[in-house]
This record gives sequence, structure tokens and C-alpha cells, in this order.
Amino acid sequence: MPKTANKLTNLGVKDIRDGVAGGDFTAREVAEAFNAAVAEAAALNAFIITTPDHALAAADAVDAKRAKGEDLGKMGGVPIGMKDLFATRGVQTTAASHILEGFTPQYESTVSQNLWDAGAGMLGKLNLDQFAMGSSNETSYFGNVNSPWRKEGSNAAMSPGGSSGGSSAAVAARIAPAATGTDTGGSIRQPAAFAGITGIKPTYGRCSRWGVVAFASSLDQAGPMARTVEDCAIMLEAMAGFDPKDATSLKMDVPAWEAGLSADLKDKRIGIPREYRMEGTDEEILKSWEQGKEWLRDAGAEIVDVSLPHTKYALPAYYIVAPAEASSNLARYDGVRYGLRDLPDGAGLQDMYAATRAEGFGDEVKRRILIGTYVLSAGFYDAYYNQAQKVRTLVSRDFAEAFGQCDAILAPTTPTASFPLGSLNDDPLTMYLNDVFAVPASLAGLPAMSVPATVNADGLPLGLQIVGKPFDEQGVLNAGLAIQQRANFTAKPEKWW
Amino acid sequence: MSVDKATVAKIASLARIKMGDEELERMVPELNGILDWVEQLGEVDCSGVEPMTAVIENHLRLRDDVVDAIPETAGGRREDVLANAPAAEHGFFGVPKVIE
Amino acid sequence: MVSTYRIQGATGEWEVVIGLEVHAQVTSKAKLFSGASTAFGAEPNTQVSLVDAAMPGMLPVPNAECIRQAVRTGMAIEAQINKYSRFDRKNYFYADLPQGYQISQLYHPIVGEGQLLIEADEKAGIAEDKVIGIERIHVEQDAGKLMHDQHPTMSYVDLNRSGVALMEIVSKPDMRSPAEAGAYVRKLRSILRYVGSCDGNMEEGSMRADVNVSVRKPGEEFGTRTETKNVNSVRFVMQVIEYEANRQVDVLENGGTIDQETRLFDPNTGTTRTMRSKEDAHDYRYFPDPDLLPLELEDEFLEECRASLPELPDAKRARYETELGLTPYNARELTAEVETFGRFETLLAATAAKIGKPEAKVATQVANWALSVAPGVMKSLGDEADPANATAEAQASILAMQDKGEISGGQAKEIYEIVLKTGRDPEEVADTEGLKQVSDTGAIEAAIDDIIANNADKVEEYRGGKDKLFGFFVGQTMKAMQGKANPAVVNQILKDKLG
Repeated sequence: MPKTANKLTNLGVKDIRDGVAGGDFTAREVAEAFNAAVAEAAALNAFIITTPDHALAAADAVDAKRAKGEDLGKMGGVPIGMKDLFATRGVQTTAASHILEGFTPQYESTVSQNLWDAGAGMLGKLNLDQFAMGSSNETSYFGNVNSPWRKEGSNAAMSPGGSSGGSSAAVAARIAPAATGTDTGGSIRQPAAFAGITGIKPTYGRCSRWGVVAFASSLDQAGPMARTVEDCAIMLEAMAGFDPKDATSLKMDVPAWEAGLSADLKDKRIGIPREYRMEGTDEEILKSWEQGKEWLRDAGAEIVDVSLPHTKYALPAYYIVAPAEASSNLARYDGVRYGLRDLPDGAGLQDMYAATRAEGFGDEVKRRILIGTYVLSAGFYDAYYNQAQKVRTLVSRDFAEAFGQCDAILAPTTPTASFPLGSLNDDPLTMYLNDVFAVPASLAGLPAMSVPATVNADGLPLGLQIVGKPFDEQGVLNAGLAIQQRANFTAKPEKWW
Repeated sequence: MSVDKATVAKIASLARIKMGDEELERMVPELNGILDWVEQLGEVDCSGVEPMTAVIENHLRLRDDVVDAIPETAGGRREDVLANAPAAEHGFFGVPKVIE
Repeated sequence: MVSTYRIQGATGEWEVVIGLEVHAQVTSKAKLFSGASTAFGAEPNTQVSLVDAAMPGMLPVPNAECIRQAVRTGMAIEAQINKYSRFDRKNYFYADLPQGYQISQLYHPIVGEGQLLIEADEKAGIAEDKVIGIERIHVEQDAGKLMHDQHPTMSYVDLNRSGVALMEIVSKPDMRSPAEAGAYVRKLRSILRYVGSCDGNMEEGSMRADVNVSVRKPGEEFGTRTETKNVNSVRFVMQVIEYEANRQVDVLENGGTIDQETRLFDPNTGTTRTMRSKEDAHDYRYFPDPDLLPLELEDEFLEECRASLPELPDAKRARYETELGLTPYNARELTAEVETFGRFETLLAATAAKIGKPEAKVATQVANWALSVAPGVMKSLGDEADPANATAEAQASILAMQDKGEISGGQAKEIYEIVLKTGRDPEEVADTEGLKQVSDTGAIEAAIDDIIANNADKVEEYRGGKDKLFGFFVGQTMKAMQGKANPAVVNQILKDKLG
């Protein structure tokens, strides 16, 4: 590895983009440095497959453009990790499942295409919880992702969070300057918090869902995961945009979020939802929340109390709506047109389905499909699904009312810091509670972000969450920037891999 | 409401997931744990509340009736469509023989 | 007096109750949720997009034309148009259903209650006009096609039809005989074709019916119904009802019960049987499709739909009778099919223009020509006729010559024969082939003078009051003129000369 390589892998999106544009280094040098870092980091199991050639080809294209004096794009020369939920043409796309093992799409997701069009390259396909169902990255068919972080004085493998755990691990470990994530009920924010990085889920509809393996259609949103608010703003600008192929895509221009960044929160009011003071929340998390208020006050914001009365019901509502949609979205994995086929001797069509799906889906996926199938089944639809969608309306209304009194909401991202892999596997419910603070914003489709605040006594990162009004990613990014500037989070995992 | 093994077996069959006895047994308490927990939604007074339809204010867009308007959603790409098929024959997808 | 349709059982008379769910393929170029073509008869899987094959991450975007055609169809059956509707997913596993669900509309269909009139038809056993209620119309995706006879152990899947837009038109259980059901399907087909929302081609599967049949003793509650799927002709619909009704009566009279089940029709035997593959698919777990927002129709869109509706069969038929003065029979025949009235109206306009009279004055002549004369000539010629020569222009000029008395009815047929065979101009044919009546009074007068001179005795008798002999003189004159004299002119001159 060349001498500068280590320095290059410490750079984020903005610095790489500006450095390539300014001629400080070539895009190829950057791609080579990250390819090497990725190759060294197999122990993290962050990538399902690596695509060094893709990164190099994109880099060479950018370098060639620069030689010709052409525009290099918003992400010109930045190699990124691609969550393996995004379909990538000619590159295996698995959703971390056995049922899609070997599936090679003949198409490119809109979001990944947007990134390539903006000059980014791909380091590889990042590991995740199978079909994005999980909060610890332990449900992948391709093995757990190990967080680069460890508790001080311990060698226990820690969870990078989930479902975008490959993304959070790669970015925290500096083997990718940024990565794509998707967030259905916290899958960008919770792993970002666990890994001490920044991640934003935009307003539902900002990023096209076309070509993203669906988990729960009414909740799924893609977003960037990087190490700074600025990097997230840049990458989100590249990812977002109207897509005629997605009927729920927002027909709105993409704001210049990077240019609009400002940490001055004068005349802004930040709401503190009282219902988020929940039992079981870690003391150190509560302390960092208090600290967050101080930081935002320091940035000029007024702190106000707000109420989100239906918070308690958001998580159970989510665990009806999301599995219901998933049970239907995952019906297409049947062994007929692509993916795994298990055809026992003498099996008929329906036997083939049952065998293929039994073989191809992991336990958590099966569990959620069964829950979803049950809550939609005859006689239960009203009691479960309809009731949950009504509660969802109430959760959404809570936010609308709160936003009458404030411009954004500050809350913890998670109730605890990262935990050792395997420690929460006995009870699915305990695992689900990880997303208790993240899920309400998902149910309401709101933009929400996690920024690193501090490390706890074990040396593990803690994140703070900002939730904004619909379409107000700028307000969220700005509040995030104010925290980032004051938190001065410089902790990074010590390299053990 | 709680489920017993027979109900889980029925749901698994509806979802086309083959499950052995042992797996069914294991699923029963897991599913009941989750179902008991989501049961609390029943406490919420939702009278007069409409179920959520569009999470963000937005209208359903319709597209024009044009064949192959967008290449990514166009027809005429049989090779792509069949490229990943476990059994593609003579331009068809093959499945075990079905008796209607 | 037409008797009510009844099944005569051992225990007495049974009434048949019928409801139909007609699946009509919406006329559109592209599929309901993807850009792939809907054209019939393509090579397998060549009209399949990644969306239709349900590749991971694919999403539906609705085709405006399909929505528009469903709304126009709803308007044509005087139905409630729902400005707010939603798409729902109907979940089940089958090899012709790539998504594992069909996008349909259960909870909020786009079209609500409407109705359709079937007309009295004594021959068919329909005693009087009857209004059949329509419950709803919703829009949904068609499934793909399975082929079972290409391989010993495999079925083959062709997804060309997968995702093509269908309207499901659900009637109320208002029909009571196979004849009524047949009339309903024919009338519905006619309306769809008038509106242009479905080509009505039952052979290509553009229209299929699910036939719901139950039986009961007159006056009792509805019995349990069976649903026979995918019946693709009017005749088969009637056969299914006939067979099912009799089968159910047999079962009930032998102490059995009817299972609410899905059945399949076998056109070769005219019987139905239980459909095995759908047995356990009862629980469809419908829920709103989260990939699609609610469909909200704007007033402007609805106005355009209404404004673009053509005159519909019932209105057209009434107008043909009242304004054009056609007989009820002719009016019904001419309005039954889009092609028929289309040809008629074009010919009527051309003929009226040629003659210079209002349409109402020539309508009966044109109707008779269009319904009996012209088809008769065409049929008699068989392969010798080139249908391309049957232009409105040519037919109008024949009708105009006839109207002016230049040619007789017989000559009109002869001219038309030549026109159909050769494409020559009718007036030129009339001139050069000597197919014109002589109206030249000089020639006719000369002929009549001869006849009077040679038949003095008959002239005497006629003048003596034997009026019947007038026909004799006409006949003699026509014979002398070799049939080419204008009868009106002959009559006039004969009357003048005979006094």
C-alpha cells in the first residue's frame, strides 16, 4: 500500500471529492487505497462481495473527465459501499438471503444509478440483516457483521446494528468513506448510532425505491451513511430525486442541501418529546440527550417540551404493518423466475414453493412472514392491520401537532449502546425494542438523522436523533451539524482486523 | 388472541413455508410473545380515525399509455427476464407439472 | 306467452339464480403497471418487463388509459364513479402469478353500482325487457398463462399476459335463465365495444366470465353457489348454467349439499368439475397495495371521460326508430354491433348527400339495402367479391340512381355484383352495361302505341271497367322495353293513353 493510502482512507466524501477535483490525488489512488483497505478487513465480514474493478473503472472515468476539464459530478471520485439490498446490474444482489444467492440483476436500482451518474464507484455489496429484517446484523445468510468497535478491555464481537450493519461497520472502520443504507424502522439510524457515524433517512419518497429489494413498501427509504453531516448532505443530493418508475416518488426538486448547511439555529425551536423518557433507557443515553439540548441551545435554538402521546404504540403498530407488507412483498421469492429452487423428488408446484422458501429464508424472515400472514388472514385484518394503520395515523398526527410548536425534534437514537453479538438472540421482542425511538419517524415518513454524540463508559458510541418536518431535510441536517460541531466526536475504533 | 401449533401450521402453509414439527413447536411461543405484545394496540381509541393510506401527502401519478416508454420497465427483453431462471426452456419458465 | 325458465326436478320446480363476473381486457397499448405491450399472439415471454416478471425491487406505476377506460365503461352503464379508489393486493401462490399477489381492487373499486338492460326476445325465451343490476367494476392485473402439454413433467409459464389490465364487471345475482345470461353477456360486450374499452374478442380471451350459479325452490332463500371460472363464449356460459343447475338439482334432490367451490368447464363434454389447484386459496389476505397511493380522480378527468362517450346502443336504437323511422327489427339489427352501425351511418350520410335529401328520408331504403340487399349480393358472389370494393361511395351512388328511378332494384343488384367483382364505378357500369331504365317517353310511347294497336279487344275491356287488365299492359310494355323501362313513367303514359 502506498504511503498516502492510509491518509486517503481517513478522508470522507467531501474531502475526496474536493481533493480529486483539486488534483491533490487521483480518483484511482483513492479507489486503490479503499480497495486495499476492504481486502484487509475480511474479519469484519462487512461485504458480501467486493467489486474492486467497479471502483477502479469509475475512478478512471472520473480521472479522464478531469483531464478533459469536465464536471466530475457531486460524488466525483468517491468510492462507496452499496448495501446489498440495491439491485446492481451484473453484480450479485442477495438481500443477504440464501434464496437470492447467485441472483444477478439485469438492471440497476435508481439510487445506485444516480450515484454512478454522480461519479461514485462501488467497492462492493455490503452485508445486512436478511431482507433488512433485524437490528443487529445477525440474520444474514452470509454471517454476522462484526462491529469494528469493541468494549474497552474486551474482545467480544459487538453488533454494528442493523439492518445496515455492513454499511455502518465499513464506514466506521474507514474501509469506505460512505455507504448506502435503507431505513424501514431505524435501519440507517440505529447502526449509525452503534458505529459512531452519521446517517439520514430522508422524507418518504425522496429516494426512489425502484430496484431496492422491498421489505415494507410504505416504510422503506434509502439514505446515506457517512462520517459527517456534510458528507451525508452531499451523498443524499446525489441519491435523491423524482423517479417516474416509483409511484410513491416525490415529484420535487432536490434542494441544494450541502450549500444550505448552517449550524446557526437562531429562531429555531427544538422539541423534546416527553414520552421518549422510557423505562429501560440507558442512563448514559439520557445524559447525552441532556447534553444534546445544551448543544442546540448553544447554537441558538430554543428548547421546548412537546408531546407525542402515541409513542408507546408506534413499535407494536410497526410490528404489524411491516411484517404484513413483508409477507406479501416476499411472496415473489418462489423458485420460479430467479433465485433458489428446491424441488424435492416428486414435488408438485406448491410443494416446491414450500420447500424453496423453507430452505431459502432465515428464521427471522420466516417469523415475520408468519406474523404478517397471520395479521392479514381472514377474521384478523381489522383487529390487527387496520387498527395498526389507524394507530399509525395517530402517531403521524402527534408529529404534526408537535411541529406546530417546534421545527425539529431531538431524541436519542437508541435506548442502549451496541451489545455483543449473540446477547439478544433469545427473545425477538428485546431485539425489536432497539428501534423504539427510531420507529415513530418511520411510521410518519419523516426525515430523521442520527449523529454521533459521545462514547459511553465502555468506549462505545452513542447517537442522537433529529426528526424533522416532511421535506425539511435541511432543518435536520442543520441541527445535526450544530451537534456535530459541538460534540467534536473524534473517537474511532482501534484497528483489530 | 394466541396461536397454537395447528394455527401456526396453517399460517405456514398459507405462506408456503414448509415447517417440521420441531420448528412449529418453536414458533408457537415466539409468535405468541409478539402477538401478546402487539395486542396493546387494542387499548388505543381509534374511533373516527382513518387508517393511514399515504404516509406523506402525495397523489398517485398515472403514466401515459405508451409501449416501452422507459427502457427499464419495457418489454421485449426475454433474455433478461429468463436470465436468472432455475429452469428456462424454449423461452418459457419451467415449473413442476400443474394439474388444474 | 313465454314461460319462466325452470328446472323440473323430482320434488318440483327449481329456479336458477345466476350472477356473472366478466373479465374484460381493457383496450390499451401498454400493460396496467408496466410499459410492456399488450399485443396478442407474441412469442412467449417477449412482452414481459422486469415489473411483470416481479423481479426484486420492481414497482407498479398505473397506466392512465386503463383508468380512463374503466371510468368510461362505468359511465356507459350509468354507474356510480368513485372519485376515490384504491388498489389492493390479493395474495396467493400460483405459477401464473409472479408477484405472489394480484393487484386488484377489493375495498374501494373505481366503479360502483350500475345497470344494464336486456331486451325482450321471445325466440330466446326472454318475455320482457329486464334491467340487470351491476354491483361494481374494478381494475386488476391479468395473470400469465400455463401450458401443460409441452413437456412430460413440466408446465411452461408464459408471462406475456401477466399485468395486462382487466376490468372485472360484477353483476348482481339478477339473472334467472341461460338465455338471460347470454343476453347479458352479449349486451355487455356490445356496450364495451361501443365505448371502445374492450375489443370483446372472446376467442383471444379478451372477455371471460366467471359464472356463479345456484338453485332454489321459487320464493325461497338463495342456495349455495358454485363459481365456474374462465368461460370464454356466450354459448359456453349458457351451457355451464344449464349443466350446473341440473347438477345441483340432482345433488340436492338426492339429499346432498352444494359446496361453495370453484369449478372448471370442459367445452368438449359440456360439463363442469371441481378445480383442484385453487382448493386451498380461500384466504387471499387482501390489503391496500403499499406501492400505490389512493387513486383520486379530478373533475376535469371525469368530464373528459364523459365527453368522449359515444352514443350508446339503447339510445342509438331509440333514435333509429324515432328519428330515422326504422322498424324496431331494423333498428336492433343495425345497432347490435359497432361495425354494423358504423357502416350503416357512413352509407346513410353518403347516400343522403348524394341524393340531396335529409337522412330520415332515405334511412329506410339504406337500412334495407344494408341489412338484406347488400349482404345478399355479397353472399351470392362468395369468393368472387372483393370486400374492399364495397365502399360507401359506390353503394351510395347505386342507391341514388335507384332513388332517381334511373335503375330498378334488380339492376341495382346487378350493378353491385359487377362493382364488387371489379371495383368499377357504378354509374359507368350502369351506362356501359345497359343497366339503366328507359325514362325516354318517346320510346315508351311508341311501344305503348304498338301494344294498344295490337290489343284493341283488351283496350275495349279495360275501358269497359276491367281495371285488372292494367297490369297486363304494364307487363307487355316492360316486355317490349326488355325490362329497362322506368315503371313510373310506363304507368303514367299508360294511364294517359288508356284514359
